[in-house]
Amino acid sequence: MQPHDPVARFRGVISGADVPPGLLASPPDEVAQRVAVYRNNVAHSLAQALARRYPVVQRLVGAEFFAAMAAPFCAAHPPRSPVLQEWGGAFPGFLAGFAPVAGLPYLPDVARIEWARGLAYHAADATSLAPEHLTADRPLALHPSLRLLRLSHPAISIWQANQPGGTGLCRATGPEIALIWRSADFQVPVLALTPQDAALIEALLRGLPLTKAAAGCDPVPVLALLLRNTLVCKGIPE
Amino acid sequence: MTLPARAGLGFKPQHFAQIVASPPTVGFFEVHAENYLGAGGAPHVMLETLHRDHALSVHGVGLSIGGDRIDAAHLARIKALCDRHQPESFSEHLAWSSHGNEFLNDLLPLPYTAATLDRVVAHVDQVQTALGRRLLLENPATYVVFADSDIPETEFLAQIAARSGCGLLLDVNNVFVSCTNHRTDPLAYLDAFPLHLVAEIHLGGHEAEDLPSGPLLIDSHGAEVADPVWALFAHVLHRTGPLPSLVEWDTDVPDWPVLMAEAQRAERVLSHEARHAAA
Repeated sequence: MQPHDPVARFRGVISGADVPPGLLASPPDEVAQRVAVYRNNVAHSLAQALARRYPVVQRLVGAEFFAAMAAPFCAAHPPRSPVLQEWGGAFPGFLAGFAPVAGLPYLPDVARIEWARGLAYHAADATSLAPEHLTADRPLALHPSLRLLRLSHPAISIWQANQPGGTGLCRATGPEIALIWRSADFQVPVLALTPQDAALIEALLRGLPLTKAAAGCDPVPVLALLLRNTLVCKGIPE
Repeated sequence: MTLPARAGLGFKPQHFAQIVASPPTVGFFEVHAENYLGAGGAPHVMLETLHRDHALSVHGVGLSIGGDRIDAAHLARIKALCDRHQPESFSEHLAWSSHGNEFLNDLLPLPYTAATLDRVVAHVDQVQTALGRRLLLENPATYVVFADSDIPETEFLAQIAARSGCGLLLDVNNVFVSCTNHRTDPLAYLDAFPLHLVAEIHLGGHEAEDLPSGPLLIDSHGAEVADPVWALFAHVLHRTGPLPSLVEWDTDVPDWPVLMAEAQRAERVLSHEARHAAA
C-alpha cells in the first residue's frame, strides 16, 4: 500500500479517526462536519442493511437498541463484499456472545431463522420432479432453498408472534425444529417439524435414498409435504 | 441497444405488483446491480418481467472504480448479471467503496490528480473489457475536497472518457449538492461539463443540514427532487436535447403514485425540450 494512497488516507476517518491533513471544506473549519457525513452514511446504511435482514430481532430489542448493537457487530464483522444480502451471517453467533442480550437467550435462534430465510429467498432455482418419477432407491434432489434448523428455544413460535401486526405474545417452551424453503410463488414459510420428520429430511439431505432414510418410519407425511411444496427436484444432488 | 430518451424510475420490489397490474408509461427501469446478484428466485423473475416491456439500466454501486483494485470476483458476478439480463445500459460511480477486503457501503471521494486519473482509467478499462460493453461513469456528490486535487472534476471526467472510451452519467442533483457544499456555482460546473458525452441523467432528492456557514446538502435519495435541481435539469436538456432521465428514490421509498408523479414531471420537462429542439 502506498502511504500517499488517498483511499488509505481517508479510510481511518470512517472508523472515527481524526481528520487527516489534506482534506478541505468551504469554510475550512467545517471539515469535521463534512467528514462526519461520510462516517454517518457508512454506519447508518450498514445498520439499516442489518435491520432489513433481521426485522424480528429488531422488533424484539427495539430499533434504538438494535442500531446500538449494529455498531459493534459492524466493527467486528464488516462486510467483505458489496453484496449486502450475503452479509450478516455471523450475527446469530455475535448475539449469542453479546452480554447485553444475555437475558434474551432465544435471540440467536430467531436470528438463525431470519438468516436462513434470506438464503432461501435468493437460492438457486430448480425444476421440480413429477411424483411419478420419484424413486425410493436413489438419492432425492431436494430444492436448493430447503434448510432445516434445530433450535434450542421456541424460536419459530416467537418469530411467528412477531410478524408485522402480531401480538408478540408467545407461550411456547422448549426446543423447536424449523423447515424453511422458498415456495413456487416466492414466499419463504417457516414450518415446525416433529423430531421424526426432521430426522427423515436430514437423512434425505445427506443423500440417503428414501428406503434407507425412512429406517422403519412412515415416510408418507414427509413425502407428501415435500411433493406438495415442489421441493423434490430433477437432478442428483452433489 | 440504448436507453430511450425518456423518464425512467428506480425499481423497488414493493412496487412490482402495481407495475404489473397497470404498466406505467416510463421509458426504463433502473436497478442497483448488487441487489440482483443472488442465484435465483424472485429478483431475477422481476427483472425479466420488467425487461419484457421496458428498457433496463443496471447501476453498480460496489465496483469501487476509484479504489486500490477492482474485486475480480465481484466483477465476474456483475458480468454474469449483464449476460443474463442484457440491460440497455450499465453505469458506475467516480468514487471508491472498498478498501483491502472491506466494503464500506458509501460512495467515498477521490483526489483529482494525474495518479488517480491513471488508476480510474485503468479500472474503467478493466470493467469495460470484462463486460464487453461501454460503461457510463457518474459524477459524485461530495462533502469535502482534497487539497492535492489539481484537475477540476469536469475536466477529470472528460479525460477519463477520452482515455477509456466510457460515457458519462450526469447526476444533476449531485451537481447541485456538491456545488452548494463547496460554495461554487452549479451553472459554471455545467458550462464546463462535457455534455456531449452524457448518455443518462439522474435526478434525486437531497436533505439539508444547517451549518454556521450555510446549508450542507446530503445526497439522501429520500425525498422529492428539489426545485433548483429541476431548473438545472431543464438547463442541461436545453443544451443536450432529451436524454434518458432517471428519478432515484432509495430511502423512505414512497407509494407508487408519488414516484410516478416525479417521473411524469421529468417526462413533461423532456417533452418540452423535445418541442424546443424541433422548433
